[in-house]
Amino acid sequence: MSLEVDFRHRQGDFALAVAFDAPDGITALFGRSGAGKTSVVNAIAGLLAPDAGRITLGGTALFDRAARCNLPTWRRRLGYVFQDGRLFPHLSVRQNMTYGQRFAPRGSTGPTLDSVAELLGIAPLLDRRPGGLSGGEKQRVAIGRALLSRPRMLLMDEPLAALDEARKAEILPYLERLRDETALPILYVSHSVAEVARLASRVVVLENGHVARAGPAEQVLSDPGMVHQIGLREAGAVLPATVARHHADGLTELAVSGGRLFLPLTKGAPGTAVRVRVLAQDVMLAHSAPVGLSALNILPGKVVSLRDGDGPGVMVQIACGDDLLLARITRRSAQALGLAPDGPVFAVIKTVAIARSDVSRS
Amino acid sequence: MTASLGPEEWQAVALSLKVSFWATLLSLPPGLFIAYALARWQFWGKQVLNGLVHLPLILPPVVTGYLLLLVFGRQGLAGAWLESLGIVLAFRWTGAVLAAAIMAFPLMVRAMRLAIEAVDPRLEAAAATLGAPRIAVFATVTLPLILPGLITGAVLAFAKAMGEFGATITFVSNIPGQTRTLPTAIYTFLQVPGGDAAALRLVLVSVIVAMAALLVSELLAHRASRRINGA
Repeated sequence: MSLEVDFRHRQGDFALAVAFDAPDGITALFGRSGAGKTSVVNAIAGLLAPDAGRITLGGTALFDRAARCNLPTWRRRLGYVFQDGRLFPHLSVRQNMTYGQRFAPRGSTGPTLDSVAELLGIAPLLDRRPGGLSGGEKQRVAIGRALLSRPRMLLMDEPLAALDEARKAEILPYLERLRDETALPILYVSHSVAEVARLASRVVVLENGHVARAGPAEQVLSDPGMVHQIGLREAGAVLPATVARHHADGLTELAVSGGRLFLPLTKGAPGTAVRVRVLAQDVMLAHSAPVGLSALNILPGKVVSLRDGDGPGVMVQIACGDDLLLARITRRSAQALGLAPDGPVFAVIKTVAIARSDVSRS
Repeated sequence: MTASLGPEEWQAVALSLKVSFWATLLSLPPGLFIAYALARWQFWGKQVLNGLVHLPLILPPVVTGYLLLLVFGRQGLAGAWLESLGIVLAFRWTGAVLAAAIMAFPLMVRAMRLAIEAVDPRLEAAAATLGAPRIAVFATVTLPLILPGLITGAVLAFAKAMGEFGATITFVSNIPGQTRTLPTAIYTFLQVPGGDAAALRLVLVSVIVAMAALLVSELLAHRASRRINGA
């Protein structure tokens, strides 16, 4: 099932004009605050009626201005996880979770309360009231509530934005399981590159109300042209990899298309597919194979493109095997190395620069 | 001064309770509807409706009673039509119910409107995304959340109905057993020599009923809000 969005809407001085597709899997809607992300999700959910355009899910129209079709929110059956949870304060956790079930069409099937409670780790909370839950618990209940309403897809509007880092780390594994264990298309709104890099298979970058870039996560995140959206320090590529073996000295060896990567010990049996986020500022470049270097990871590749920044830096996109890497170096170094598109280059990545949270199951 | 109530006094107390009960019960549905409309909907003539609802609060009760007499009296437009249906309001206890309901209506609507305005519309939107049609959203989210306000509004209306005097006496007069409610009975006893004791007893009853209503409403509202905010 695929979601197709193409609409225009004007709110005061803000003009929104977006068109993108969200197939199965997690599509991240990424952008700075004020880019119009929530308005897009609200339009999909039917909480906002755009001025013009069409929104379809699995081929059927949810909204079509030309055909005067505007399915009311409750008929769209899209599970919506709000940034602020929005649990019903007068109902228990269990009643919150099962709220949507009684409105689901007869004969529709979906996960059971028990399986969702287990998936999200909320079984011990079922008889409590939302008022007594922590922020992380509330968000997990909100996700479970949306899942149990037998939705045709999930909309998640910054579900982790209101949480601190510890709570985020607590929920992210659940979201990964959700992605892997349910067949629902998920539109995941976020302004956090780390979340997007970890979860999304496709990324739609929203900028001032229009789509600046859309495509597979590996391509969008390693696009030097997107760096101004992502931020210099957050910019980086995502590499698909496979766990090769765990070494006795605490390192894990991963196979990527361009060679081998040695990382601090990560979970996953050999053969497990993972994705590794490599920040642009953690990548060094060399024009010939370096020797006598402490860094363990040296990937040969070739320069795809260079892009000057406002400051002294240059963003270099490098193809290593089938994958794209992003490196942030100074313009002085780029000139000294004589970097030019199609030129050979070696990317050097310090093992300890890659945090355990940069590696996730894919 | 004897401590117990005489039959005439009992009659007035029972009548007042009956009138107030029906006045409160019958104004609950329209009160809730108008409070919801005023709190949530934008429509043409909203301020006019708001003004009309509040009119009995600011008009002299005698004026309200006289207007009721003009409209709902046997010669009045609505009165004649209702009489053809077999409903007589003028100089009947049913008329006292109407007068009490009209006078209590603004207090009820105000309390309910405040409660509805305090409900976060985002919760209702969340219910809609979970597949709940509008009616179901109202019944399962809005209504439970405004229950404390609903109780407060009902008790205020009941208390106001118990004490209504001016509009009642103007519209339906002061007929023992039919329209002589607690306040009119007190007034009547004060007009006859030696009626002070009876009047005082009724005053005591008034105070007890008012206090009891307040206590019950506090208890109910407290329970309801604990259900809402409870951990």
